[in-house]
Amino acid sequence: MARENNMAVPEFLREAELLKQGAEARVYRAEFLGRPTIVKERFPKRYRHPALDEKLTHRRTVQEVRAILRCRRAGISAPVVYFVDYTCHCIFLEEIVGSSTVRDYIASAQQSDSCKELKLQRLAERVGQVLAKMHDEDVIHGDLTTSNMLLRPSPEGGESDLVLIDFGLSYISALPEDKGVDLYVLEKAFLSTHPNTEELFEKLLKSYKASSKKSSAVIKKLDEVRLRGRKRSMVG
Amino acid sequence: MTVVIGFEGSANKIGIGIIRDGEVLSNPRRTYITPPGQGFLPSDTARHHRAFILTVLKEALEQAGLKPADIDCVAYTKGPGMGAPLVTVALVARTVAQLWGKPLLGVNHCIGHIEMGRLITKANNPTVLYVSGGNTQVIAYSERRYRIFGETIDIAVGNCLDRFARVIKISNDPSPGYNIEQMAKKGSQYVELPYTVKGMDVSFSGILSYIEVRAAQRRFHTFIILLLSLQETLFSMLVEITERAMAHCGSQEVLIVGGVGCNLRLQEMMGVMCKERGAKLFATDERFCIDNGAMIAQAGWEMFRSGQVTELEDSWITQRYRTDEVEVTWRD
Repeated sequence: MARENNMAVPEFLREAELLKQGAEARVYRAEFLGRPTIVKERFPKRYRHPALDEKLTHRRTVQEVRAILRCRRAGISAPVVYFVDYTCHCIFLEEIVGSSTVRDYIASAQQSDSCKELKLQRLAERVGQVLAKMHDEDVIHGDLTTSNMLLRPSPEGGESDLVLIDFGLSYISALPEDKGVDLYVLEKAFLSTHPNTEELFEKLLKSYKASSKKSSAVIKKLDEVRLRGRKRSMVG
Repeated sequence: MTVVIGFEGSANKIGIGIIRDGEVLSNPRRTYITPPGQGFLPSDTARHHRAFILTVLKEALEQAGLKPADIDCVAYTKGPGMGAPLVTVALVARTVAQLWGKPLLGVNHCIGHIEMGRLITKANNPTVLYVSGGNTQVIAYSERRYRIFGETIDIAVGNCLDRFARVIKISNDPSPGYNIEQMAKKGSQYVELPYTVKGMDVSFSGILSYIEVRAAQRRFHTFIILLLSLQETLFSMLVEITERAMAHCGSQEVLIVGGVGCNLRLQEMMGVMCKERGAKLFATDERFCIDNGAMIAQAGWEMFRSGQVTELEDSWITQRYRTDEVEVTWRD
Protein backbone atom coordinates (compact mmCIF):
# COMPACT_ATOMS: atom_id res chain seq x y z
CA MET A 1 0.00 0.00 0.00
CA ALA A 2 1.51 3.33 -1.08
CA ARG A 3 2.55 5.74 1.64
CA GLU A 4 0.38 8.61 0.31
CA ASN A 5 -2.81 6.58 0.71
CA ASN A 6 -2.30 6.27 4.47
CA MET A 7 -3.02 9.95 4.96
CA ALA A 8 -6.29 10.12 3.01
CA VAL A 9 -8.62 8.76 5.69
CA PRO A 10 -7.06 10.55 8.68
CA GLU A 11 -7.25 13.80 6.73
CA PHE A 12 -10.86 13.10 5.86
CA LEU A 13 -11.62 12.51 9.53
CA ARG A 14 -10.06 15.80 10.53
CA GLU A 15 -12.97 17.54 8.80
CA ALA A 16 -15.55 15.15 10.22
CA GLU A 17 -17.69 15.68 13.31
CA LEU A 18 -16.67 13.49 16.28
CA LEU A 19 -19.87 12.03 17.71
CA LYS A 20 -18.52 9.95 20.54
CA GLN A 21 -15.68 7.93 21.83
CA GLY A 22 -17.01 4.51 22.70
CA ALA A 23 -15.03 1.76 24.35
CA GLU A 24 -13.99 0.29 21.00
CA ALA A 25 -13.71 3.19 18.63
CA ARG A 26 -14.26 6.82 17.81
CA VAL A 27 -17.39 7.46 15.85
CA TYR A 28 -17.57 10.35 13.40
CA ARG A 29 -20.30 11.78 11.23
CA ALA A 30 -19.41 12.94 7.74
CA GLU A 31 -20.59 12.94 4.18
CA PHE A 32 -19.15 10.31 1.89
CA LEU A 33 -20.10 9.92 -1.75
CA GLY A 34 -22.96 12.31 -1.10
CA ARG A 35 -24.49 10.21 1.69
CA PRO A 36 -24.70 10.77 5.45
CA THR A 37 -22.02 8.47 6.80
CA ILE A 38 -20.81 7.20 10.14
CA VAL A 39 -17.10 6.46 10.28
CA LYS A 40 -16.04 4.02 12.94
CA GLU A 41 -12.34 4.39 13.68
CA ARG A 42 -10.68 1.77 15.80
CA PHE A 43 -7.81 3.82 17.10
CA PRO A 44 -4.76 2.18 18.70
CA LYS A 45 -5.26 1.41 22.35
CA ARG A 46 -2.08 2.56 23.99
CA TYR A 47 -2.64 0.49 27.10
CA ARG A 48 -2.23 -2.69 25.08
CA HIS A 49 1.03 -4.25 23.92
CA PRO A 50 1.42 -3.04 20.29
CA ALA A 51 1.48 -6.55 18.79
CA LEU A 52 -1.69 -7.50 20.69
CA ASP A 53 -3.34 -4.23 19.74
CA GLU A 54 -2.70 -4.61 16.02
CA LYS A 55 -3.90 -8.24 15.93
CA LEU A 56 -7.03 -7.50 17.93
CA THR A 57 -7.95 -4.33 16.09
CA HIS A 58 -7.51 -5.87 12.67
CA ARG A 59 -9.48 -8.99 13.63
CA ARG A 60 -12.34 -6.97 15.05
CA THR A 61 -12.56 -4.74 11.96
CA VAL A 62 -12.72 -7.74 9.64
CA GLN A 63 -15.23 -9.62 11.80
CA GLU A 64 -17.47 -6.60 12.10
CA VAL A 65 -17.71 -6.02 8.39
CA ARG A 66 -18.21 -9.70 7.65
CA ALA A 67 -21.04 -10.00 10.20
CA ILE A 68 -22.84 -6.90 8.94
CA LEU A 69 -22.74 -8.12 5.35
CA ARG A 70 -23.98 -11.54 6.36
CA CYS A 71 -26.89 -10.03 8.27
CA ARG A 72 -27.85 -7.75 5.44
CA ARG A 73 -27.80 -10.60 2.96
CA ALA A 74 -30.27 -12.42 5.21
CA GLY A 75 -32.61 -9.44 5.34
CA ILE A 76 -31.73 -8.23 8.85
CA SER A 77 -31.45 -4.47 9.16
CA ALA A 78 -27.89 -3.31 9.68
CA PRO A 79 -26.05 -0.30 8.30
CA VAL A 80 -24.78 -0.46 4.72
CA VAL A 81 -20.99 -0.75 4.54
CA TYR A 82 -19.71 1.88 2.11
CA PHE A 83 -15.94 1.49 2.53
CA VAL A 84 -13.27 -0.06 4.75
CA ASP A 85 -9.70 1.11 5.26
CA TYR A 86 -7.65 -1.71 6.77
CA THR A 87 -4.55 0.33 7.52
CA CYS A 88 -6.20 2.76 9.86
CA HIS A 89 -9.04 0.36 10.73
CA CYS A 90 -11.87 2.62 9.66
CA ILE A 91 -15.29 1.44 8.58
CA PHE A 92 -17.51 3.82 6.63
CA LEU A 93 -21.14 2.97 7.37
CA GLU A 94 -24.57 4.25 6.44
CA GLU A 95 -25.81 6.73 9.03
CA ILE A 96 -29.19 5.68 10.38
CA VAL A 97 -30.62 9.18 10.37
CA GLY A 98 -33.12 10.20 13.04
CA SER A 99 -32.78 6.99 15.00
CA SER A 100 -32.82 6.44 18.74
CA THR A 101 -31.44 3.55 20.74
CA VAL A 102 -33.69 0.86 22.17
CA ARG A 103 -32.13 1.78 25.48
CA ASP A 104 -33.49 5.33 25.30
CA TYR A 105 -36.82 4.03 24.03
CA ILE A 106 -37.24 1.72 27.02
CA ALA A 107 -36.15 4.41 29.46
CA SER A 108 -38.59 6.96 28.07
CA ALA A 109 -41.40 4.42 27.78
CA GLN A 110 -40.92 3.53 31.44
CA GLN A 111 -41.20 7.22 32.35
CA SER A 112 -44.40 7.86 30.41
CA ASP A 113 -47.77 6.42 31.36
CA SER A 114 -49.53 6.02 28.04
CA CYS A 115 -49.54 2.44 26.64
CA LYS A 116 -46.26 1.76 28.43
CA GLU A 117 -46.88 -1.98 28.74
CA LEU A 118 -48.06 -2.41 25.18
CA LYS A 119 -45.15 -0.48 23.70
CA LEU A 120 -42.54 -2.41 25.64
CA GLN A 121 -44.14 -5.79 24.98
CA ARG A 122 -44.25 -5.08 21.26
CA LEU A 123 -40.60 -4.01 21.32
CA ALA A 124 -39.54 -7.17 23.17
CA GLU A 125 -41.41 -9.25 20.64
CA ARG A 126 -39.65 -7.59 17.72
CA VAL A 127 -36.20 -7.83 19.28
CA GLY A 128 -36.75 -11.55 19.87
CA GLN A 129 -37.71 -11.99 16.24
CA VAL A 130 -34.69 -10.15 14.86
CA LEU A 131 -32.27 -12.00 17.11
CA ALA A 132 -33.80 -15.33 16.12
CA LYS A 133 -33.27 -14.47 12.47
CA MET A 134 -29.66 -13.43 13.16
CA HIS A 135 -28.85 -16.59 15.07
CA ASP A 136 -30.49 -18.73 12.41
CA GLU A 137 -27.90 -17.14 10.08
CA ASP A 138 -25.25 -18.31 12.56
CA VAL A 139 -24.16 -14.73 13.27
CA ILE A 140 -23.16 -14.21 16.88
CA HIS A 141 -23.35 -10.49 17.68
CA GLY A 142 -21.08 -10.77 20.71
CA ASP A 143 -22.06 -7.50 22.32
CA LEU A 144 -25.82 -7.38 22.49
CA THR A 145 -26.98 -4.44 24.55
CA THR A 146 -29.90 -2.08 24.24
CA SER A 147 -27.46 0.60 23.14
CA ASN A 148 -26.56 -1.52 20.12
CA MET A 149 -30.10 -1.67 18.74
CA LEU A 150 -31.57 1.32 16.94
CA LEU A 151 -35.10 2.24 15.99
CA ARG A 152 -35.19 4.00 12.62
CA PRO A 153 -38.42 5.91 12.00
CA SER A 154 -40.22 4.72 8.91
CA PRO A 155 -40.71 7.35 6.16
CA GLU A 156 -44.34 6.28 5.71
CA GLY A 157 -45.00 6.69 9.42
CA GLY A 158 -45.53 3.01 10.17
CA GLU A 159 -43.65 0.94 12.75
CA SER A 160 -40.00 1.92 13.04
CA ASP A 161 -37.28 -0.33 11.69
CA LEU A 162 -35.17 -2.25 14.23
CA VAL A 163 -31.53 -1.92 13.20
CA LEU A 164 -28.65 -3.82 14.77
CA ILE A 165 -25.30 -2.06 15.05
CA ASP A 166 -21.87 -2.47 16.58
CA PHE A 167 -20.81 -5.88 15.37
CA GLY A 168 -17.29 -5.36 16.70
CA LEU A 169 -17.21 -8.53 18.74
CA SER A 170 -19.16 -10.66 16.32
CA TYR A 171 -18.23 -13.95 14.70
CA ILE A 172 -19.81 -16.80 12.77
CA SER A 173 -20.83 -19.90 14.72
CA ALA A 174 -23.50 -22.57 14.55
CA LEU A 175 -22.97 -23.72 18.13
CA PRO A 176 -25.96 -23.40 20.49
CA GLU A 177 -23.42 -22.60 23.22
CA ASP A 178 -22.29 -19.44 21.43
CA LYS A 179 -25.86 -18.36 20.72
CA GLY A 180 -26.81 -19.06 24.32
CA VAL A 181 -23.91 -16.93 25.55
CA ASP A 182 -24.97 -14.20 23.08
CA LEU A 183 -28.41 -14.11 24.69
CA TYR A 184 -26.85 -14.28 28.14
CA VAL A 185 -24.77 -11.20 27.36
CA LEU A 186 -27.97 -9.40 26.33
CA GLU A 187 -29.83 -10.58 29.40
CA LYS A 188 -27.14 -9.27 31.72
CA ALA A 189 -26.86 -5.96 29.90
CA PHE A 190 -30.65 -5.66 29.74
CA LEU A 191 -31.32 -6.35 33.41
CA SER A 192 -28.47 -4.21 34.70
CA THR A 193 -29.38 -1.22 32.52
CA HIS A 194 -33.13 -1.50 32.94
CA PRO A 195 -33.86 -2.73 36.47
CA ASN A 196 -37.10 -4.65 37.08
CA THR A 197 -37.58 -5.76 33.48
CA GLU A 198 -37.29 -9.51 34.04
CA GLU A 199 -40.77 -10.11 32.64
CA LEU A 200 -40.03 -8.04 29.57
CA PHE A 201 -36.94 -10.08 28.85
CA GLU A 202 -38.95 -13.29 29.22
CA LYS A 203 -41.26 -11.95 26.53
CA LEU A 204 -38.23 -11.36 24.35
CA LEU A 205 -37.11 -14.95 24.81
CA LYS A 206 -40.58 -16.28 24.10
CA SER A 207 -40.62 -14.37 20.85
CA TYR A 208 -37.14 -15.68 20.04
CA LYS A 209 -38.26 -19.25 20.68
CA ALA A 210 -41.29 -18.82 18.46
CA SER A 211 -39.35 -17.28 15.59
CA SER A 212 -36.19 -19.38 15.53
CA LYS A 213 -35.94 -22.78 13.93
CA LYS A 214 -33.12 -23.92 16.18
CA SER A 215 -34.10 -22.30 19.46
CA SER A 216 -34.60 -25.18 21.91
CA ALA A 217 -30.91 -26.13 22.05
CA VAL A 218 -29.99 -22.47 22.40
CA ILE A 219 -32.39 -21.80 25.28
CA LYS A 220 -31.15 -24.95 27.00
CA LYS A 221 -27.60 -23.63 26.75
CA LEU A 222 -28.73 -20.24 28.01
CA ASP A 223 -30.13 -21.91 31.16
CA GLU A 224 -26.83 -23.73 31.65
CA VAL A 225 -24.77 -20.57 31.23
CA ARG A 226 -26.99 -18.72 33.72
CA LEU A 227 -26.32 -21.43 36.30
CA ARG A 228 -22.60 -21.29 35.68
CA GLY A 229 -22.47 -17.74 36.96
CA ARG A 230 -24.36 -18.72 40.10
CA LYS A 231 -22.38 -21.85 40.90
CA ARG A 232 -18.96 -20.37 40.60
CA SER A 233 -16.78 -20.49 43.71
CA MET A 234 -15.96 -17.00 44.89
CA VAL A 235 -12.88 -17.32 47.06
CA GLY A 236 -10.53 -14.49 47.86
CA MET B 1 -18.97 8.22 67.08
CA THR B 2 -19.25 4.65 65.81
CA VAL B 3 -16.47 2.10 66.22
CA VAL B 4 -16.70 -1.15 64.27
CA ILE B 5 -14.36 -4.14 64.38
CA GLY B 6 -14.21 -6.30 61.24
CA PHE B 7 -13.15 -9.94 60.93
CA GLU B 8 -11.97 -11.24 57.54
CA GLY B 9 -10.75 -14.74 56.68
CA SER B 10 -12.52 -15.94 53.54
CA ALA B 11 -9.31 -17.03 51.81
CA ASN B 12 -5.74 -17.38 52.98
CA LYS B 13 -5.52 -14.03 54.78
CA ILE B 14 -6.77 -13.58 58.34
CA GLY B 15 -7.25 -9.92 59.10
CA ILE B 16 -8.98 -7.94 61.83
CA GLY B 17 -9.45 -4.20 61.57
CA ILE B 18 -11.04 -1.41 63.57
CA ILE B 19 -12.63 1.67 62.05
CA ARG B 20 -13.96 4.73 63.83
CA ASP B 21 -16.02 7.03 61.61
CA GLY B 22 -13.88 6.58 58.52
CA GLU B 23 -10.56 6.39 60.35
CA VAL B 24 -8.60 3.13 60.24
CA LEU B 25 -7.39 2.63 63.81
CA SER B 26 -5.72 -0.74 63.24
CA ASN B 27 -5.56 -3.39 60.51
CA PRO B 28 -3.26 -6.31 61.36
CA ARG B 29 -3.19 -9.38 59.10
CA ARG B 30 -1.54 -12.77 58.66
CA THR B 31 -1.22 -14.70 55.40
CA TYR B 32 -1.14 -18.48 55.04
CA ILE B 33 1.62 -19.11 52.51
CA THR B 34 2.08 -22.56 51.00
CA PRO B 35 5.25 -23.96 49.44
CA PRO B 36 5.82 -23.32 45.70
CA GLY B 37 3.64 -25.52 43.53
CA GLN B 38 0.89 -25.81 46.12
CA GLY B 39 -2.34 -23.95 46.59
CA PHE B 40 -4.10 -23.46 49.92
CA LEU B 41 -6.68 -26.06 50.93
CA PRO B 42 -9.71 -25.17 53.08
CA SER B 43 -8.89 -27.31 56.13
CA ASP B 44 -5.25 -26.19 56.28
CA THR B 45 -6.29 -22.58 55.82
CA ALA B 46 -8.86 -22.85 58.61
CA ARG B 47 -6.19 -24.39 60.83
CA HIS B 48 -3.90 -21.47 60.09
CA HIS B 49 -6.62 -18.94 60.89
CA ARG B 50 -7.49 -20.73 64.15
CA ALA B 51 -3.85 -20.58 65.17
CA PHE B 52 -3.50 -16.84 64.61
CA ILE B 53 -6.90 -15.22 65.00
CA LEU B 54 -6.73 -14.48 68.70
CA THR B 55 -3.23 -13.01 68.38
CA VAL B 56 -4.42 -10.79 65.53
CA LEU B 57 -7.47 -9.78 67.56
CA LYS B 58 -5.25 -8.72 70.44
CA GLU B 59 -3.04 -6.74 68.05
CA ALA B 60 -6.05 -5.01 66.54
CA LEU B 61 -7.29 -3.83 69.93
CA GLU B 62 -3.83 -2.87 71.20
CA GLN B 63 -2.80 -0.98 68.06
CA ALA B 64 -6.09 0.91 68.15
CA GLY B 65 -5.65 1.57 71.86
CA LEU B 66 -9.17 0.33 72.53
CA LYS B 67 -10.94 -2.03 74.90
CA PRO B 68 -13.87 -4.30 73.94
CA ALA B 69 -16.23 -1.87 75.67
CA ASP B 70 -15.27 0.82 73.13
CA ILE B 71 -16.52 -1.28 70.20
CA ASP B 72 -20.05 -0.59 68.94
CA CYS B 73 -20.46 -3.43 66.47
CA VAL B 74 -18.78 -6.67 65.44
CA ALA B 75 -18.69 -7.22 61.67
CA TYR B 76 -17.53 -10.42 60.02
CA THR B 77 -17.37 -11.86 56.51
CA LYS B 78 -20.56 -13.76 55.82
CA GLY B 79 -19.28 -14.78 52.39
CA PRO B 80 -18.39 -15.50 49.67
CA GLY B 81 -15.28 -17.59 50.18
CA MET B 82 -13.97 -20.91 51.39
CA GLY B 83 -16.23 -22.74 53.83
CA ALA B 84 -13.91 -23.88 56.61
CA PRO B 85 -11.99 -20.59 57.02
CA LEU B 86 -15.24 -18.60 56.93
CA VAL B 87 -16.69 -20.76 59.68
CA THR B 88 -13.60 -20.38 61.84
CA VAL B 89 -13.72 -16.61 61.69
CA ALA B 90 -17.50 -16.36 62.06
CA LEU B 91 -17.30 -18.49 65.19
CA VAL B 92 -14.84 -16.11 66.83
CA ALA B 93 -16.86 -13.08 65.74
CA ARG B 94 -20.06 -14.55 67.19
CA THR B 95 -18.30 -15.42 70.42
CA VAL B 96 -16.77 -12.00 71.01
CA ALA B 97 -20.02 -10.30 70.04
CA GLN B 98 -21.81 -12.26 72.74
CA LEU B 99 -18.99 -11.89 75.27
CA TRP B 100 -18.84 -8.15 74.77
CA GLY B 101 -22.61 -7.74 74.36
CA LYS B 102 -22.33 -6.07 70.96
CA PRO B 103 -24.50 -6.41 67.82
CA LEU B 104 -23.25 -8.60 64.96
CA LEU B 105 -23.15 -7.77 61.26
CA GLY B 106 -22.58 -10.26 58.45
CA VAL B 107 -20.84 -8.50 55.58
CA ASN B 108 -20.46 -9.40 51.90
CA HIS B 109 -16.72 -9.67 51.18
CA CYS B 110 -16.96 -8.00 47.76
CA ILE B 111 -18.84 -5.06 49.21
CA GLY B 112 -16.14 -4.80 51.88
CA HIS B 113 -13.62 -4.23 49.09
CA ILE B 114 -15.82 -1.65 47.40
CA GLU B 115 -16.59 0.34 50.53
CA MET B 116 -12.94 0.37 51.59
CA GLY B 117 -11.94 1.54 48.15
CA ARG B 118 -14.52 4.34 48.28
CA LEU B 119 -13.38 5.38 51.75
CA ILE B 120 -9.66 5.47 51.02
CA THR B 121 -9.81 7.01 47.55
CA LYS B 122 -12.90 9.19 48.07
CA ALA B 123 -14.08 8.17 44.62
CA ASN B 124 -17.61 9.45 44.15
CA ASN B 125 -19.45 6.94 41.98
CA PRO B 126 -16.85 4.89 40.14
CA THR B 127 -17.06 1.90 37.88
CA VAL B 128 -15.43 -0.73 40.09
CA LEU B 129 -13.11 -3.42 38.82
CA TYR B 130 -12.93 -6.07 41.52
CA VAL B 131 -10.15 -8.52 40.78
CA SER B 132 -8.72 -11.10 43.13
CA GLY B 133 -7.90 -14.77 43.41
CA GLY B 134 -11.55 -15.62 43.81
CA ASN B 135 -13.46 -12.89 42.03
CA THR B 136 -13.42 -10.91 38.83
CA GLN B 137 -16.31 -8.50 38.43
CA VAL B 138 -17.04 -5.10 36.95
CA ILE B 139 -19.51 -3.41 39.25
CA ALA B 140 -21.49 -0.20 39.11
CA TYR B 141 -23.88 1.16 41.70
CA SER B 142 -27.46 1.66 40.63
CA GLU B 143 -30.68 1.92 42.60
CA ARG B 144 -29.57 0.43 45.90
CA ARG B 145 -27.56 -2.43 44.44
CA TYR B 146 -24.00 -2.96 43.39
CA ARG B 147 -24.84 -4.38 40.00
CA ILE B 148 -22.50 -6.72 38.22
CA PHE B 149 -22.04 -5.44 34.69
CA GLY B 150 -19.38 -7.88 33.63
CA GLU B 151 -17.59 -10.81 35.19
CA THR B 152 -15.63 -13.91 34.48
CA ILE B 153 -17.72 -16.76 33.16
CA ASP B 154 -15.27 -19.31 34.55
CA ILE B 155 -12.26 -18.62 36.82
CA ALA B 156 -11.06 -15.41 38.44
CA VAL B 157 -8.07 -13.60 36.96
CA GLY B 158 -6.10 -14.04 40.21
CA ASN B 159 -6.92 -17.73 40.13
CA CYS B 160 -5.51 -17.95 36.60
CA LEU B 161 -2.30 -16.26 37.73
CA ASP B 162 -2.01 -18.30 40.95
CA ARG B 163 -2.56 -21.61 39.17
CA PHE B 164 0.01 -20.84 36.51
CA ALA B 165 2.45 -19.82 39.24
CA ARG B 166 1.92 -23.26 40.78
CA VAL B 167 2.59 -25.02 37.49
CA ILE B 168 5.95 -23.29 37.07
CA LYS B 169 6.65 -23.44 40.81
CA ILE B 170 6.95 -19.74 41.55
CA SER B 171 7.15 -18.86 45.24
CA ASN B 172 3.87 -17.97 46.97
CA ASP B 173 5.69 -15.57 49.29
CA PRO B 174 4.38 -12.88 49.69
CA SER B 175 1.90 -13.89 46.99
CA PRO B 176 2.21 -15.67 43.64
CA GLY B 177 0.76 -12.67 41.81
CA TYR B 178 3.40 -10.35 43.22
CA ASN B 179 6.21 -12.63 42.10
CA ILE B 180 4.72 -12.97 38.63
CA GLU B 181 4.63 -9.18 38.41
CA GLN B 182 8.30 -8.87 39.37
CA MET B 183 9.39 -11.52 36.88
CA ALA B 184 7.27 -10.09 34.07
CA LYS B 185 8.96 -6.73 34.57
CA LYS B 186 12.21 -8.27 33.39
CA GLY B 187 10.68 -9.36 30.09
CA SER B 188 10.42 -7.53 26.82
CA GLN B 189 9.25 -10.13 24.32
CA TYR B 190 5.57 -10.75 23.74
CA VAL B 191 3.84 -13.82 22.33
CA GLU B 192 0.17 -14.00 21.28
CA LEU B 193 -2.13 -15.81 23.70
CA PRO B 194 -5.88 -16.51 23.49
CA TYR B 195 -7.91 -13.38 24.17
CA THR B 196 -11.50 -14.01 25.26
CA VAL B 197 -13.92 -11.18 25.84
CA LYS B 198 -17.62 -11.99 25.42
CA GLY B 199 -19.55 -8.74 25.56
CA MET B 200 -19.00 -7.45 29.06
CA ASP B 201 -17.77 -10.81 30.32
CA VAL B 202 -14.39 -12.50 30.17
CA SER B 203 -13.16 -16.06 30.21
CA PHE B 204 -9.79 -17.19 31.56
CA SER B 205 -9.82 -20.98 31.56
CA GLY B 206 -8.84 -21.12 27.90
CA ILE B 207 -5.76 -18.97 28.26
CA LEU B 208 -4.75 -20.93 31.37
CA SER B 209 -4.92 -24.27 29.56
CA TYR B 210 -3.02 -22.76 26.66
CA ILE B 211 -0.10 -21.50 28.73
CA GLU B 212 0.04 -24.61 30.90
CA VAL B 213 0.59 -26.63 27.74
CA ARG B 214 3.19 -24.19 26.39
CA ALA B 215 5.03 -24.20 29.72
CA ALA B 216 5.11 -28.01 29.76
CA GLN B 217 6.40 -28.11 26.19
CA ARG B 218 9.27 -25.88 27.30
CA ARG B 219 8.79 -23.85 24.16
CA PHE B 220 10.67 -20.91 25.61
CA HIS B 221 13.92 -21.05 27.51
CA THR B 222 12.57 -18.88 30.31
CA PHE B 223 9.05 -18.43 31.54
CA ILE B 224 9.41 -14.68 31.54
CA ILE B 225 8.08 -14.33 28.01
CA LEU B 226 4.96 -16.30 29.00
CA LEU B 227 4.50 -14.29 32.20
CA LEU B 228 4.78 -10.96 30.43
CA SER B 229 2.44 -12.06 27.66
CA LEU B 230 0.02 -13.49 30.22
CA GLN B 231 -0.16 -10.25 32.18
CA GLU B 232 -0.50 -8.14 29.04
CA THR B 233 -3.33 -10.31 27.74
CA LEU B 234 -5.22 -10.77 31.01
CA PHE B 235 -4.99 -7.12 31.94
CA SER B 236 -5.97 -5.94 28.47
CA MET B 237 -9.12 -8.02 28.78
CA LEU B 238 -9.88 -6.46 32.17
CA VAL B 239 -9.27 -2.92 30.95
CA GLU B 240 -11.48 -3.60 27.96
CA ILE B 241 -14.50 -4.78 29.93
CA THR B 242 -14.05 -1.94 32.38
CA GLU B 243 -14.00 0.53 29.52
CA ARG B 244 -17.14 -1.00 28.07
CA ALA B 245 -18.96 -0.64 31.38
CA MET B 246 -17.81 2.97 31.64
CA ALA B 247 -19.01 3.74 28.15
CA HIS B 248 -22.34 2.06 28.88
CA CYS B 249 -22.88 3.91 32.18
CA GLY B 250 -21.32 7.19 31.14
CA SER B 251 -18.93 6.96 34.08
CA GLN B 252 -15.78 9.06 34.47
CA GLU B 253 -14.21 7.23 37.39
CA VAL B 254 -12.61 3.82 37.81
CA LEU B 255 -11.81 2.16 41.12
CA ILE B 256 -9.71 -1.02 41.22
CA VAL B 257 -10.11 -3.23 44.30
CA GLY B 258 -9.05 -6.75 45.23
CA GLY B 259 -5.63 -8.39 45.52
CA VAL B 260 -4.85 -8.26 41.79
CA GLY B 261 -5.43 -4.51 42.03
CA CYS B 262 -2.00 -4.23 43.68
CA ASN B 263 -0.40 -5.01 40.34
CA LEU B 264 1.26 -1.84 39.09
CA ARG B 265 1.15 -2.90 35.45
CA LEU B 266 -2.65 -3.28 35.69
CA GLN B 267 -2.88 0.13 37.32
CA GLU B 268 -0.64 1.58 34.61
CA MET B 269 -2.74 0.14 31.79
CA MET B 270 -5.99 1.26 33.38
CA GLY B 271 -4.45 4.69 33.88
CA VAL B 272 -3.63 4.97 30.17
CA MET B 273 -7.18 3.99 29.22
CA CYS B 274 -8.62 6.50 31.69
CA LYS B 275 -6.40 9.30 30.44
CA GLU B 276 -7.52 8.70 26.87
CA ARG B 277 -11.15 9.03 27.96
CA GLY B 278 -10.58 11.90 30.36
CA ALA B 279 -11.55 9.70 33.27
CA LYS B 280 -9.95 9.36 36.69
CA LEU B 281 -8.37 6.23 38.11
CA PHE B 282 -8.51 5.34 41.79
CA ALA B 283 -6.55 2.53 43.36
CA THR B 284 -5.35 1.58 46.82
CA ASP B 285 -2.13 0.01 48.06
CA GLU B 286 -1.53 -3.52 49.34
CA ARG B 287 -2.84 -2.67 52.82
CA PHE B 288 -6.34 -2.32 51.43
CA CYS B 289 -6.28 -4.09 48.05
CA ILE B 290 -5.50 -7.40 49.65
CA ASP B 291 -8.15 -8.93 51.92
CA ASN B 292 -8.10 -7.17 55.29
CA GLY B 293 -10.27 -6.75 58.38
CA ALA B 294 -10.75 -3.00 58.12
CA MET B 295 -12.67 -3.34 54.85
CA ILE B 296 -15.19 -5.56 56.59
CA ALA B 297 -15.34 -3.05 59.43
CA GLN B 298 -15.97 -0.23 56.97
CA ALA B 299 -18.78 -2.01 55.15
CA GLY B 300 -20.11 -3.00 58.57
CA TRP B 301 -19.94 0.65 59.67
CA GLU B 302 -22.07 1.71 56.69
CA MET B 303 -24.57 -1.09 57.22
CA PHE B 304 -24.79 -0.53 61.00
CA ARG B 305 -25.37 3.18 60.64
CA SER B 306 -28.16 2.57 58.16
CA GLY B 307 -29.86 0.39 60.77
CA GLN B 308 -28.85 -3.13 59.80
CA VAL B 309 -28.01 -5.85 62.29
CA THR B 310 -27.50 -9.62 61.93
CA GLU B 311 -29.33 -11.73 64.50
CA LEU B 312 -27.42 -14.65 65.94
CA GLU B 313 -29.57 -17.21 64.17
CA ASP B 314 -28.83 -15.49 60.86
CA SER B 315 -25.11 -15.25 61.43
CA TRP B 316 -24.21 -18.23 59.25
CA ILE B 317 -21.69 -18.14 56.46
CA THR B 318 -22.07 -18.95 52.80
CA GLN B 319 -19.58 -19.85 50.11
CA ARG B 320 -21.65 -18.23 47.37
CA TYR B 321 -22.84 -14.70 47.92
CA ARG B 322 -23.43 -12.49 44.90
CA THR B 323 -22.50 -8.83 45.18
CA ASP B 324 -25.90 -7.82 43.85
CA GLU B 325 -27.78 -9.80 46.50
CA VAL B 326 -27.17 -7.12 49.12
CA GLU B 327 -29.50 -4.16 49.44
CA VAL B 328 -27.25 -1.11 49.71
CA THR B 329 -29.32 0.75 52.26
CA TRP B 330 -26.63 3.31 53.00
CA ARG B 331 -26.66 4.95 49.55
CA ASP B 332 -29.53 6.39 47.53
